Amino acid sequence: MADLTRDDVAHLAGLARIDLSDAELDRMVGELGVILEAVATVQQAPITDVEPMSHPMPIVNVTRPDVVRDCLTPQEALAGAPESEQQRFSVPRILDEE
Amino acid sequence: MTTDLTRATAAELADLLGAGSVSSREVTRALLDRTAAVDGAVHSYLHVDEAGALAAADAADRARAAGEPLHALAGVPVAVKDVMATRGLPTTCGSRILQGWVPPYDATLVRRLREAHLPLLGKTNMDEFAMGSSTEHSAYGPSRNPWDLERIPGGSGGGSSSAVASFQAPLAIGTDTGGSIRQPAAVTGTVGAKPTYGGVSRYGLVALASSLDQAGPCSRTVLDSALLHEVIGGHDPLDSTSVDAPVPPVVEAARRADVAGLRIGIVRELTGEGFQPGVQARFDEAVQHLVDAGAEVVEVSCPSFTYALAAYYLILPSEASSNLARFDAMRYGLRVTPEGVAAPSAEQVMAATRDAGFGDEVKRRIILGTYALSSGYYDAYYGSAQKVRRLIADDFDRAFEAADVLVSPTAPTTAFRLGDKLEDPMAMYLNDIATIPANLAGIPGLSVPSGLADEDGLPAGFQVLAPAMADDRLYAVGAALEARLTAAWGGPLLDRAPDLSEVTR
Amino acid sequence: MTTTTGAEATLPYDEAVAAFDPALGLEVHVELGTATKMFCGCPTEFGAEPNTQVCPVCLGLPGALPVVNETAVESAIRIGLALNCSIAEWCRFARKNYFYPDMPKNFQTSQYDEPIAFDGYLDVQLEDGSTYRVEIERAHMEEDTGKSLHVGGSTGRIHGATHSLVDYNRAGIPLVEIVTRPIVGAGERAPEVARAYVATLRDLLKAMGVSDVKMEQGSMRCDVNLSLAPKGSARLGTRTETKNVNSLRSVERAVRYEVGRHAAVLTGGGSVTQETRHWHEDTGITTSGRLKSDAEDYRYFPEPDLVPVAPSRETVEALRATLPEPPAARRRRLQDAWGYSDLEMRDVLNAGLVELVEETVAAGATPAAARKWWSGEVARRANGEGTDVVTYAQRLGVTPEHVVELERLVDGGRLNDSMARQVWEGVLDGEGGPTQVADARGLELVQDTGALEAAVEKVIAANPDVAEKIRGGKVQAVGALIGQVMKEMRGQADAAAARRLILDRLAPG
Repeated sequence: MADLTRDDVAHLAGLARIDLSDAELDRMVGELGVILEAVATVQQAPITDVEPMSHPMPIVNVTRPDVVRDCLTPQEALAGAPESEQQRFSVPRILDEE
Repeated sequence: MTTDLTRATAAELADLLGAGSVSSREVTRALLDRTAAVDGAVHSYLHVDEAGALAAADAADRARAAGEPLHALAGVPVAVKDVMATRGLPTTCGSRILQGWVPPYDATLVRRLREAHLPLLGKTNMDEFAMGSSTEHSAYGPSRNPWDLERIPGGSGGGSSSAVASFQAPLAIGTDTGGSIRQPAAVTGTVGAKPTYGGVSRYGLVALASSLDQAGPCSRTVLDSALLHEVIGGHDPLDSTSVDAPVPPVVEAARRADVAGLRIGIVRELTGEGFQPGVQARFDEAVQHLVDAGAEVVEVSCPSFTYALAAYYLILPSEASSNLARFDAMRYGLRVTPEGVAAPSAEQVMAATRDAGFGDEVKRRIILGTYALSSGYYDAYYGSAQKVRRLIADDFDRAFEAADVLVSPTAPTTAFRLGDKLEDPMAMYLNDIATIPANLAGIPGLSVPSGLADEDGLPAGFQVLAPAMADDRLYAVGAALEARLTAAWGGPLLDRAPDLSEVTR
Repeated sequence: MTTTTGAEATLPYDEAVAAFDPALGLEVHVELGTATKMFCGCPTEFGAEPNTQVCPVCLGLPGALPVVNETAVESAIRIGLALNCSIAEWCRFARKNYFYPDMPKNFQTSQYDEPIAFDGYLDVQLEDGSTYRVEIERAHMEEDTGKSLHVGGSTGRIHGATHSLVDYNRAGIPLVEIVTRPIVGAGERAPEVARAYVATLRDLLKAMGVSDVKMEQGSMRCDVNLSLAPKGSARLGTRTETKNVNSLRSVERAVRYEVGRHAAVLTGGGSVTQETRHWHEDTGITTSGRLKSDAEDYRYFPEPDLVPVAPSRETVEALRATLPEPPAARRRRLQDAWGYSDLEMRDVLNAGLVELVEETVAAGATPAAARKWWSGEVARRANGEGTDVVTYAQRLGVTPEHVVELERLVDGGRLNDSMARQVWEGVLDGEGGPTQVADARGLELVQDTGALEAAVEKVIAANPDVAEKIRGGKVQAVGALIGQVMKEMRGQADAAAARRLILDRLAPG
C-alpha cells in the first residue's frame, strides 16, 4: 500500500475544499497513516468475484409520479443564506472553472 | 406506579394520560423542570424548546379532551437528536458549521411525532455529524454519563441516551450509523433500537453515511422503544430507500416477551477476546436467563466480521465526504472569510469555512473518504469495502439459517473516561466493533441493559440482532430479558444510578 | 497561409481538411419537458421569479433526499430507444463530486458507468441526400444546476465580477445527456455532419414530445469535442471540448473554427492543449477555458440515496410502442402512400412540408393537391419573408382545410385551374377562405349552358374556315375556337365543356 504523503493530504484537502493549516496537515498525515493501514485490511478479505454491495436492501425502481408539490417560499429558501440580494443567494466571486 | 412523572416510563405516562390522571402539560412541565435542574451537569440538550413543548402538550391535551383518536403515546414528550431537521427549531448536528441554522422543513420522523402529538422537548447533543462514540466531538462540548459525570454517555447519540438515563425525557430519538443508538444505550443502562435499514424514514435526517444511517428509539424500557418505533416507522415516499411494508408488530412482541423455542445464536467473533470481563460476565448471565425462559442457544460463526470495522471506516468516510460537501457557506450556515485575502473567491471562502466550521474528526473522515473514492484508489479501498460488505451480509444470511436472532455484548467495554480515547482515533473506532456489522448488512439491532460490570459498577449492554424486517424479534427477546433481569435486580437498573439532583445542588 | 482571428491563429478550412482528418464527439444535454424536477416535485417553468421553484431537495438542504421522477425515467428510456440503444436491465445513479456554487449539494446526481441507454445510432441525412450514421455511445440521466448572475464586472461576465447571485430554480431539472462515439471519416463534411446530427436529434426529440428543445433557452445544449489526426493516420489527436454551443449554426461554425485552429497549431509544429474552450457566438471564435488537468477527480460512486433502476422488458417494450415512427421509415411510408416521385418527395422534405401535407391529406385533400398548393405561391411568399411555409401559414391563419375547400371548388366545377390560383392568392392575401374569396372576386365558371352554347355558335359562325377543318377531321384545330369561346365568356367558362360543345356541333357527317 502506498503511503500517504503530506502532499497527498494537501491535494485531498484541496479536492475536499478544506483549507488545512500546516499544523493540521502535519498531524493528519500521521493519523491517516494509522487509519489507512487498518482499513487497508479489506484487501486481504476473500473478495475475488464478490459482487460489491452499494445498498443494504434489494429494492429497485422507486419513483414518484410527475406531479407538482408545494415549494418553499423565496423567504424560506433564503432565510438561512449568509447573504442574499435580488431574491438570490449572494456568493463571493466565482473562479472561472466551468 | 411511579408518582414522580419524570421517572415514569412512557407506557406508564400513556396510561396516566389516557385515564385523565395527568395532563401532558404537567408531564412536560415536570420534565422541563428536571432539565433545568440537571442538564447543567449532564448537558444532554443543545436546545430546549420550552415554549414549543408546552404548546404541543396543550394541543395534545385539547385533542384528548375533544375525543380525537390518538396514539397511545400522544402527550408523552420526546427529545430529538440534533441531526433531525426540525422546522423552526435550530438544527446543528453538533457542528459549528450549522450554528444557528433553522430548517424550513420537518424531517418525516419529526412530522410523525408532531402529528401523533408527542411534545418535542428539545434537540439533543451529539458528536459532530454523528462521527464519534462519546459526544466529545460535539462542537458544543460533551454530554456526560449520569452514572458517572466524568465518563462518556456513548456516542454519537450521547445526548439522547443521557437525557433518557437522567430522567429528562422518557423517550428520545437517536440515529445509528455504526452503533450510535445501541452503544450509548449500553453505557447508560438504557434501551435503544436500530430498526431495519429503510424501516424509519431518513428524510430530514442529516446524512452521515446514507447507506448506513437509520433513526430509531431510545428509552428506559423495551416496551417504550417499541411504542416509539411504531410512531416513527413505516413507509415514506420521500425516502427512496424506505421499505414499503407495514411496521413489524414490535409493540405486540414487546408485550408478549415470548422467547420459548427461539434459537439464539451467539456470534463467535463478537464475544470473548477484547471484551471487558464484567461485560462478558453480564452477557453470559443474560444468555442463561433467555435459556431459562425457554430459548435455545446455538453458536454461529461470521468470519467476515473480522473485516467489518475496516470496511465500515471506508464506506462511511466515502459517503460522508460527499454528503458533507454541501456545507460550503453559500446557501446556509457559517460563512468564514479567509484572513489576509483581499476579495476572496467563493472557492477560498468555502475552504476557509470548512476548515473553521468542521472539527478534527470530521475533517479526518472527509479526507479519508476523499482518498478512498479518488481515481486510482477507488477499487482498492471503496470497491473492496463494498465487496466485504457483501460478505458480511452473506455471513448474516447463513447465521440466520441456524438462529432466529443473534446476540452479543453491545460494546466491548463500559463507559470510558472523558478524554481517554480522544487522541487515539483507532481506539475510539474499536468501540463499534459489535454494532457495525448490523449497519453494513442493514439488519435491525437492539441494546438492552445486562447489568453492572463488576470491575467498575457501570452498565453493560446486551445486543440482539434479527433478520431484516424481523424487528419484532428484537423486542420479544429484549422484553423477555428485561423482565427477568428487572426481577432479579429487584427493580430497574437505573434505580441504582446516582441521584443527579444531589450532585448538581 | 495562417490568419489570426481574435487571439489565436487559424488555418483556412480547405487547407486544414486537406491535411487533417477531424474526429468529432458531440455531447448534447436535453432538458426534459417534465412537469417537475428530476428528484423533487418543484415545477420546471422557464422564466419564473428567482428561487420560487425550490424546495429542501433541490436546494440541497441538510437531510433532504431525492426521489426519481417516473416520467423522466420513461423519457430517458424512450430517447434511448429512439436512438436505437440498448436499455440497461439494471443501472444506478452515481454522484459526480465537485464543488461549484450553482450546484446545491456539491455533487451532481448523474449516471457514470451504468447509463440507462447505450450502444445506439442515429442516421442523419446530409444536404445531398446521402445518409451518415452517427453512433451513440450512451444516453444517461442527470440533473441541471442553478444559474448565476455575475455582478460588478463588465456586462455580467464572470471575469472581474465582485460577487455572484444564484437562482436555484433550474437546479434539479431533469437532463438527458446524449454522447456520440467519435465521428470519424466525415472529412471536410464534419461541420455539416455535426449540424445535421444536432438538427436531426432536435427534430426527433421534438416529435417525441420529451423536450421543447429550445436551444436559445438552453433546453438543448451542445458540447463539441474535436481532435485532428494527420490525413490517413489512425491515431487520434489531442481533443478540446467546446462548451455551450447553443444553435445549429454555431455547431457548424464552432467545428469549422476548431478545425482551423487545431490545424494552425499542428502545422506550426505545436501541440494542441487538452482543455475546455468557450464558444463566442458574437465573434465566432473559441477561447481557452479550464485546463482538463489530472486534478479533475470527480470521485464517482453509486448514489446511496437512490435505489437502482431496473426497467422490466415489458416496460421497455411498452415504451417502445409509444415511439413515433423513425423518420426514415416514415418518409418511405408517406412517399408510397402519396405516390410522389423521389424528386417530389425530396422537395416536400426540403421545404419542411411533410407534416403540413400529411395534415392536409388527412383533412381530405389529394396528395397531389396538397403538395401543389403548399409548395407554389405560399413557398415563394414565405421565402420572400425569410421564413418557412409552416410558420408563414400559421401566421396567416391558412390551414389544411383551406386547401381541401379549394380543391372541392375545382372538383365541383366551380373553378378552373387559373381561377383556383387567383382564389388561393386571395386566401394568402387575407381575404378569407376560398369560397369567400371566390364569391368576393366573382370567380365562378359559367354553368349556364345557354350562354355557353350561344358563345359557341357565335365563334363558329365567325370562323367558318376553322369550322370546316374540324368537320374535315382536323380535331386539333379546336383549340383556336376554345380560346375564342373563353375570351367571349371572359374566362368564366369550363374549357372542357366548351370543347365538347364545339366538337358536337362540328361532328363529321
